[in-house]
Amino acid sequence: MKILMFGWEFPPHISGGLGTACYGLTKGLSSFKGLEIQFVVPKVFGDEEPATIQLTGANNIPVSKKEIAFTDTENKIEYFEVNSNLIPYVSDEEFWYLKSQRQTTKNRFVKTTEGFKIEFSGTYGPNLIEEIKNYAIVAESIARDSSFDLIHAHDWLAYPAGIAAKRLSGKPLVIHVHATDFDRSGGNVNPAVYAIERDGMETADRIIAVSNFTRQIIIGKYNIPPEKITTIYNAVEPEAKLNKIKLKKGLNEKVVTFLGRITLQKGPEYFVEAAFLLSKKMKNVRFVMAGSGDKMNEMIARVAQLGLSDKFHFTGFLKGDEVYQMLKLTDVFVMPSVSEPFGIVPLEAMQANVPVIISNQSGVSEILKNAIKIDFWDTYSMADSIYGLLHYTSLAEFLKKSGKQEVNELTWKHSAKEVKNVYKSLLS
Amino acid sequence: MKSICLFFQIHQPFRYRRYRFFDIGNDHYYYDDYANETILSKVAEKCYLPTNKLLLKLATKYKGEFKVAFSITGVALDQFELYAPEVIKSFQDLTKTGCVEFLSETYSHSISSLKDKNVFEKQVLLHDQRIFDLFGQKPKVFRNTEMIYSDEIGAQIHKMGYTAILTEGARHVLGWKSPNFLYVNAINPRIKVLMRNFKFSDDISFRFSNTNWSEFPLTAEKFTGWINKLQEKEEIVNLFLSYETFGQRQPKESGIFDFLEHWVDTVVKNDNLKFVTPSQAVQELQPISIVSVPDPISWADEERDLTSWLGNEMQKEAFEKLYVLSQKMTNCKNDDLIKDWNYLQESDHFYYMSTKYFSGNQGQIYKNPFDSPYEAFINYMNVLSDFTLRLNEDVPDSEENQLKVENLLEIIRLKDKKIRTLELEIQRLQKPKQKLKPNSKRKKGN
Repeated sequence: MKILMFGWEFPPHISGGLGTACYGLTKGLSSFKGLEIQFVVPKVFGDEEPATIQLTGANNIPVSKKEIAFTDTENKIEYFEVNSNLIPYVSDEEFWYLKSQRQTTKNRFVKTTEGFKIEFSGTYGPNLIEEIKNYAIVAESIARDSSFDLIHAHDWLAYPAGIAAKRLSGKPLVIHVHATDFDRSGGNVNPAVYAIERDGMETADRIIAVSNFTRQIIIGKYNIPPEKITTIYNAVEPEAKLNKIKLKKGLNEKVVTFLGRITLQKGPEYFVEAAFLLSKKMKNVRFVMAGSGDKMNEMIARVAQLGLSDKFHFTGFLKGDEVYQMLKLTDVFVMPSVSEPFGIVPLEAMQANVPVIISNQSGVSEILKNAIKIDFWDTYSMADSIYGLLHYTSLAEFLKKSGKQEVNELTWKHSAKEVKNVYKSLLS
Repeated sequence: MKSICLFFQIHQPFRYRRYRFFDIGNDHYYYDDYANETILSKVAEKCYLPTNKLLLKLATKYKGEFKVAFSITGVALDQFELYAPEVIKSFQDLTKTGCVEFLSETYSHSISSLKDKNVFEKQVLLHDQRIFDLFGQKPKVFRNTEMIYSDEIGAQIHKMGYTAILTEGARHVLGWKSPNFLYVNAINPRIKVLMRNFKFSDDISFRFSNTNWSEFPLTAEKFTGWINKLQEKEEIVNLFLSYETFGQRQPKESGIFDFLEHWVDTVVKNDNLKFVTPSQAVQELQPISIVSVPDPISWADEERDLTSWLGNEMQKEAFEKLYVLSQKMTNCKNDDLIKDWNYLQESDHFYYMSTKYFSGNQGQIYKNPFDSPYEAFINYMNVLSDFTLRLNEDVPDSEENQLKVENLLEIIRLKDKKIRTLELEIQRLQKPKQKLKPNSKRKKGN
């Protein structure tokens, strides 16, 4: 069984949960015998090793291809990169952050083997939709050149590529919905994005949703027949790095952490309000908001207004090991997301022996037992739960122990098996 | 002739409201009046009142031949008084027929028997007094919360003056032995043990309306037939049920009331069967053997153990932190605090914190007012924190402690004094050292 997979990012260069999920899933899938994956990504990373990129023209970097071998599995997966600057989150997400970095990116040309060029602007805004379409054209050429049995596309940027490949080859298309624009925009849906998403969902032969929460949105907001949608939960990679990090907490105070993009979708303002309520009752506690996003300045201003600045810290965007270091210092992790299709960070926190509080409005709350669940808007309940975890030791101890146990059972191999079943049902 | 001992448990806990940590030290009212009143009124209307009415009818019809035993927790009685006084009246009417025996138990359905003998005794005394005030009976037989029993608890019950105790006929305790005999305690054989026949009891309370059950539908004749078919030598069938079985767990529409009425009818008309109260059974029957229960058992779950209340770390912490206060409570004279103290002991609070029922589709879970055991734990601990603050204010540390503190302070004062003198000495000794030479010269010069 050969799978042509379209995504937009792949480790080690990941910006969020989607890259982690794609990595875990492909790794899980590649452990099955007889299952081959070609992974196509529309994004070039600045620190790419030149030797791994095949150049077909002097000044053009076309579809790049490399092989990745997972150390502990037998199969190799093929990995393509298409040079573009597409990013998953536009408009009010961390667009502002990425844009400032990428203003300088030069225009580049993609040359396919058939000799036509596609211009990638390297900027965002009105051209974005155009670029996605270009990605689809590139996808078409990849589809033409390779043989495969099934197409699997991750999230909306890759849907048009998936559709194009399906049109060309006639092979079945699975789309994997990691988020919808309703999650990202808080209800203010971008009609162009919505159209792409809906087009993908309608064309797809099967849809995989990361939670029932997302499945319901697909049914309710995109009018897709329920029988076409399968829920397959994400999982988490066993994190060996966590044990290696030896970090001593420098202060004798409790640390409560929010870790994620500081955007509407993640509900940072509820965390700030809960912190304020808590700080009125407790002295030896500090709050950390780790991440960046368009609501960061607003949050900093609100924290100052509440007079909390000496106890409330902003770290900015955390990369790689910094995330684990942060978790090592954390006593309570809070994810107050307003609309979260899945939410992989609480699982990582649980791996790091941190008790977690998650909102009922997250997909991950559907599977987790050993977590405290609250409504994102209920700041009193949130503050109360934090207080309980910091004061009544047996609760934190219980959640640490049984939480770790629970999360160790959520393996990607298990999720991958369910994905494989979806493939099988389409091919038989 | 076989005896049938019919016993009903009646209990309703006082449920706590969402008590946030902001409330600690500010608001000392812990109860969810709305939930308590709604639930109690509903159960009174569906179960207590109609079942009492039926039992009164049966008791009047079969004068002296129909007998039943109750244990009603103090907290249930408190709620009847608050929200449905007519329930108490209907129990009093039933008592007047002479067919009712009231059993003793802890006032607040507590599990204090596992922790603190003094608190346990106090709770039992309080309950017996309440029963005497309302129904004019002095209980002779004891029934512990959730049928919790061990050899030790049995022995203590004897010391407190009771003749018998009810418990679960747990399979892992009885082994090949039958529950249908009278047993005695392993430490003190003078206290008799009545073992619940869980098969027959659960046929009524859990399986009655289950259409997937192979014996469905259960008729009065069939059930009496089963009892009749038991070994000839078997002497007593103990049917111990939760009273909510009638009209609540098994709804009226299932025909449970008709079943009860006709079943009593078939038993009374059968020459081989008769109803007895626990006290009567203890007097009439000869115990056949001791029953050895070194570790506490209960009537809960498959395991018949204590893990529903004391299974995880949270439950254990809450339990320990609660009974740490018992010493102080002995010096507390404040009625409000004593009341809250009793309600804090309800075993239901610990049950809500159980993590056993995550996957299981247990029938009992519907009673849990909390979404998760963690929420239940946090809420309880918040209440307990506030209660502890109030108790510390009301009962300052005892004189003995104050004396100890004063003694220690005295020692510190003495040591301080000593340190000061020694410091002065050091200073004195250090000064001449620095000016040793000039001084000595001067001395010489002088």
